[in-house]
Amino acid sequence: MLSIKNLHASVEGTAILNGINLEIKPGEVHAIMGPNGSGKSTLASVLAGREEYEVTAGEVTFKGKDLLDLSPEDRAREGVFLAFQYPVEIPGVSSTNFLRTAVNQVREYRGQEPLDAVKFLSLMKEKMKLVEIDQKLLSRALNEGFSGGEKKKNEIFQMAVLEPTLSILDETDSGLDIDALKVVANGVNQLKSKDNATIVVTHYQRLLDYIVPDYVHVLFNGRIVKSGTKALALELEEKGYDWIKDEVAGTAV
Amino acid sequence: MTLSLKKDHKLADLFLQAKPESAGPKFFSDLKSKARLVLEEVGFPTVKAEEYKYTNISKKIADSIENPGSPSPISNLEKVEALRDLLDSIDGYQIITNNGIPEEALSDSPEGLFGLHHFTDLDASAIQEIGQIEKPENDAFSALNTFSFSQGLRIDIPDGKILKKPLVMVHYVRADENGACVYPRIFINAGKNSQASVIELTVFLNDETVFVNSVSEWAVAENAHIRHYKLQDGNKNTLEVHNTGANIHKDATLTSVVLSLEAGMIRNNLSIDLNASNCEGNMYGLYLLNGKTHVDNHTNVDHTQPHSQSNELYKGILADHSRGVFNGKIFVRQIAQKTNAFQQNNNILLSEDATVNTKPQLEIWADDVKCSHGCTTGQLDEEALFYMRARGMSKESARALLLYAFAGEVLEKISIEPFKKYCEKLVHERLGGSY
Repeated sequence: MLSIKNLHASVEGTAILNGINLEIKPGEVHAIMGPNGSGKSTLASVLAGREEYEVTAGEVTFKGKDLLDLSPEDRAREGVFLAFQYPVEIPGVSSTNFLRTAVNQVREYRGQEPLDAVKFLSLMKEKMKLVEIDQKLLSRALNEGFSGGEKKKNEIFQMAVLEPTLSILDETDSGLDIDALKVVANGVNQLKSKDNATIVVTHYQRLLDYIVPDYVHVLFNGRIVKSGTKALALELEEKGYDWIKDEVAGTAV
Repeated sequence: MTLSLKKDHKLADLFLQAKPESAGPKFFSDLKSKARLVLEEVGFPTVKAEEYKYTNISKKIADSIENPGSPSPISNLEKVEALRDLLDSIDGYQIITNNGIPEEALSDSPEGLFGLHHFTDLDASAIQEIGQIEKPENDAFSALNTFSFSQGLRIDIPDGKILKKPLVMVHYVRADENGACVYPRIFINAGKNSQASVIELTVFLNDETVFVNSVSEWAVAENAHIRHYKLQDGNKNTLEVHNTGANIHKDATLTSVVLSLEAGMIRNNLSIDLNASNCEGNMYGLYLLNGKTHVDNHTNVDHTQPHSQSNELYKGILADHSRGVFNGKIFVRQIAQKTNAFQQNNNILLSEDATVNTKPQLEIWADDVKCSHGCTTGQLDEEALFYMRARGMSKESARALLLYAFAGEVLEKISIEPFKKYCEKLVHERLGGSY
């Protein structure tokens, strides 16, 4: 589904990603872990099409298409979803109006009929249950005045409504208490299917207790330096990241 | 440095010659002489004058108005189709001016609801109030209007009268061989405990260069609540200077909403005197500019007694080579304790060539007050734009939705639904995108 080959990216001239290689198949959950500054969020941003990052080398294909060639909106329409680490507060834009416009533009791209207000409302109601989000929140301006937990729930709610094939969760666990973490993870798990895939970007192992990955990759200095199973995440939790750094330093010498 | 550098006397002479003092009640000839004196002595402001430093409208007028006279009344106004749908949907009381002159025959004057009088028909006491709120010496353009208007309109809303339908004032403007300068002159007296909304629209019947120079005075008596909406949606050749002055009494409110969407150059001077306790002045504005359009809003609110309130929010979206100017003065006099005064001016620049000059000016002599002000000028929030696009929304839609949300804060101050819808539609069309 997603194939990343030798991806290099920089921001304002500073190289952040230095040759990422990653293959993701339908049905899989991949966790990307790594210390601060290792390039985890950059990878998520580059995949979603954030414009301040410049891809300097490499290629990314998604369902056979050159992903890097697509605008952020077309990536979303093709089925890529980025759950933001810091969801943006947008005063004056109602959540509902925003999401309905987005859904209908996605549907138009896919050659589907737009949803009318009634159908959209019933879709919303169905998906709201999944993340236990209060309908009142959705009648407010997008993310405005939402708590950290509400913002993250809203991300997963939007994901549920947009039904992506590839979901990238960028530090979705940051700032969540245990209850909110469970709700968010539960939502993600329910959305999992054999046809879609998930990338979980996180610093800590705790989210992976709830969203169980098939593969764990450790990112360091913009490269995947180690890949393994869920056991690797537990090892990282126990030993921290220093041994990875040492290992990398060792091989470099 | 001499005074003359700051003033354009040539232009003043031109206007003074164009309109010899007319006869009429002595009060008017006295007022007009006073106005003439102002024009002769101080002339028109150049960019050297502090108040007009960013808005060289004197030069613009001198350069583009060939004939300083006033056009004759337009015939067959009743057949004009412009704004017909809007006027029908608002279903208000229409008050028409025709090239600046009140058009009695076409105006609604329903018995017992409000009074409509030409200035020349006023009795001695009613006439004395004209030119006292918006004095000719306040501003050269106020003086020019005072000197040049040939007929004004006084609207009296009686004590205790609550007007359920809005007054819709439509100014029809068209230059002709007699001139291109139009001088609407309005005095509105809202009686005690009265309530009314006034929508002011201007219809430019062609794209020829015109100069509209209005003065309106608002006397808002005890516990009267007045809302004034002004839509400025002309064309690239319209030059406008409007002086609006208001006197607000105890427990009364005046809310002003000015939407500036299309023009060559506009200068709005809005001045509200909060002359008693527990009164309120609200000033809201939205300017959506493109091309080389230049819109300048100067506002002035004077808190002279304790416990009064003012709220001000002006927002601008500027594209191309357009320019926006905002200057907001707030005065809080020494005895005006417990004043609440809030002012905000926010701008979004869509182009590197667009400019905003914004200046809050607060002078506070009282010590127990709540006053705040803030101004921002920036670009569209890139982070928000990316967030919306990452959900599948096109860049155009996301941009339009963000801008619309920005403008919406002012549009929501309009409380007459059909008029609000109309303004929303104009803003939607301007911002483009489907959402």
